[in-house]
Amino acid sequence: MLSYLIRRIALAVVVLFGLLVATFFIIHLVPGDPVRIVLAGRATPQTVARVRHQLGLDRPLLGQFWLYVKNTLQGHFGTSFTLDAPVSELLKQRAGASAALIGYGMLVSLVIGVPLAIAAALRPNRVLDNEIRVGTTLTFAMPSFWLGLMLALIFGLKLAWFPVAGYSGGFVGILRTLTLPAFALGLALTAVVVRTLRSSLLEVMRSEYIEAARSRGLREVRIVGKHALRTSIMGTLTILSVNLGFLIGGTVVLEQVFQIPGLGTLLLEAVEKRDYQIVQALALLAGAAVVFASLAADVLQAVLDPRVRLAGR
Amino acid sequence: MTTIDVLDQPPAPATEIAAPRGRSGLRGLSLQTKVGGGILVAFVVAAVFAPLIAPYGSNELDFVHIYAAPSWSHLFGTDGAGRDVFSRTLYALRLDLGIVLLVTYPPLVLGVFLGALAGYFGGIVDAVIARIVDVMIAFPFMILVIAVIAIVGPGVKGVLIGVPIVAWALYARLARSQMLVLREQSFMLATVALGYSRKRAILRHAVPNLMRSSLIYSTLDMIANLLLLSGLAYLGLGAQPPTAELGSIIADGQSALLNAWWVTTLPGLVVVLFGLGAGLVGDGLSDGRLGGGVP
Repeated sequence: MLSYLIRRIALAVVVLFGLLVATFFIIHLVPGDPVRIVLAGRATPQTVARVRHQLGLDRPLLGQFWLYVKNTLQGHFGTSFTLDAPVSELLKQRAGASAALIGYGMLVSLVIGVPLAIAAALRPNRVLDNEIRVGTTLTFAMPSFWLGLMLALIFGLKLAWFPVAGYSGGFVGILRTLTLPAFALGLALTAVVVRTLRSSLLEVMRSEYIEAARSRGLREVRIVGKHALRTSIMGTLTILSVNLGFLIGGTVVLEQVFQIPGLGTLLLEAVEKRDYQIVQALALLAGAAVVFASLAADVLQAVLDPRVRLAGR
Repeated sequence: MTTIDVLDQPPAPATEIAAPRGRSGLRGLSLQTKVGGGILVAFVVAAVFAPLIAPYGSNELDFVHIYAAPSWSHLFGTDGAGRDVFSRTLYALRLDLGIVLLVTYPPLVLGVFLGALAGYFGGIVDAVIARIVDVMIAFPFMILVIAVIAIVGPGVKGVLIGVPIVAWALYARLARSQMLVLREQSFMLATVALGYSRKRAILRHAVPNLMRSSLIYSTLDMIANLLLLSGLAYLGLGAQPPTAELGSIIADGQSALLNAWWVTTLPGLVVVLFGLGAGLVGDGLSDGRLGGGVP
């Protein structure tokens, strides 16, 4: 158990280091000088030199990288040019709305996806299973922003059940302002949940302990819904954690659709103003979130399911 | 990204990967593959012949018919500048499908090749490639592409640079896990016994086997890339106006959503239809061995 945990955490550290390298070099290797871009028209050679010095861009590359790693580990993401505030402060202000939207979206995908997967796995390749498969193919193929606009048109503008823009915190506020974007976000993920859970359920259904449950005369719904699901749901949580990156991408677009002041809109504002400190911090943060989520899912799975940690030996 | 995740499934044994032989043409394909294939062919024809099919130019203004509802003369209606939405959608499709092919298939070839190397040689080669893949996959795709666009500026260029940086990694992971199985198969062992060079063993004997599942996966990847592309265009980070992209047409309609629903709704349905076609083909070809279907 301990050796599995150590290996898993070491792997996460390696990937996190890779993310640091990647975010550092995105800014340095992609054609285009960030300083000239930021200063655009007002770039006298003197100001360019001054800004380069401020950012440490006049140091050797390795020294810059070391500075970047040190600052990041201490939670300093630099100062935003355009908003004249520490990037970490800006992130804190905006993180709540995005986190709420992602959590709500995941919840939607599970609440819709799990029952559908069970229904499909109960009678594989029958009419209902095929309908669910085509249905999830459809929701998967929908651009989330388009689905968001359609939901806004129907439930926001025509029926006026929900506002079509803005964000307010608190349980009621989130329920009111984030329900439409969360469904737009969650429905695409539902396809992933249904498919992975369904095929995992079908695989578990062929194992001996399910056979034993059948021979005891338990009802099929109970076998699938309780015994098989318990084994399969962990795999689905892993899939959800892997897809956090997909959800983060979706959030960027949906925050724009519904005018939610989250990290996604911050990213777009930063791109528009070429504020690359913010872009770099957000890219790193998003990658790190995915790494931590999949680490958490793997550790949780190892703790709950002895087969995982033993299989690694 | 990602898409429906086939990559965590255990790889099918190589014997199952090989295509069923002896049947020719379309007869061996399931109904859903044919339907999906039909949809894709229709899209390709529409994209290639867009200038011939489109009844109007993509930027032909007509201020007499602003926000005209769909009719026989304007199948998808017109937008706020009186431009024919159907014609714009066709031109957008042409541009978007071209970009999607460019950012899907070259990374596929590179990814399969690197994955094959990692799986075949193991050891340090494997460790290096697998860690780079881990880093690339940890990046939320959209964020990375947006970060690249932040530097090179909005437009198709950012997409063409940003997507391939990451896209190869998924194929490499898929090919690597299959290569681990394939390496032990008797025909691969035979290449050693016969004294074939490693280059010949990998390129001639292993890679063609690895291609099949990557090509199947690429149908999902195409959907994901089209969605990514239209998302970026919606955000205004894609091709710049007046060039039409599917996402930017949808965005144009947002301000008049209630009065002119068609500008937003219909191009979106076109994206969904493409996704349905590609999804059906992928599902049908994988025949349940990757993701859906009965094991």
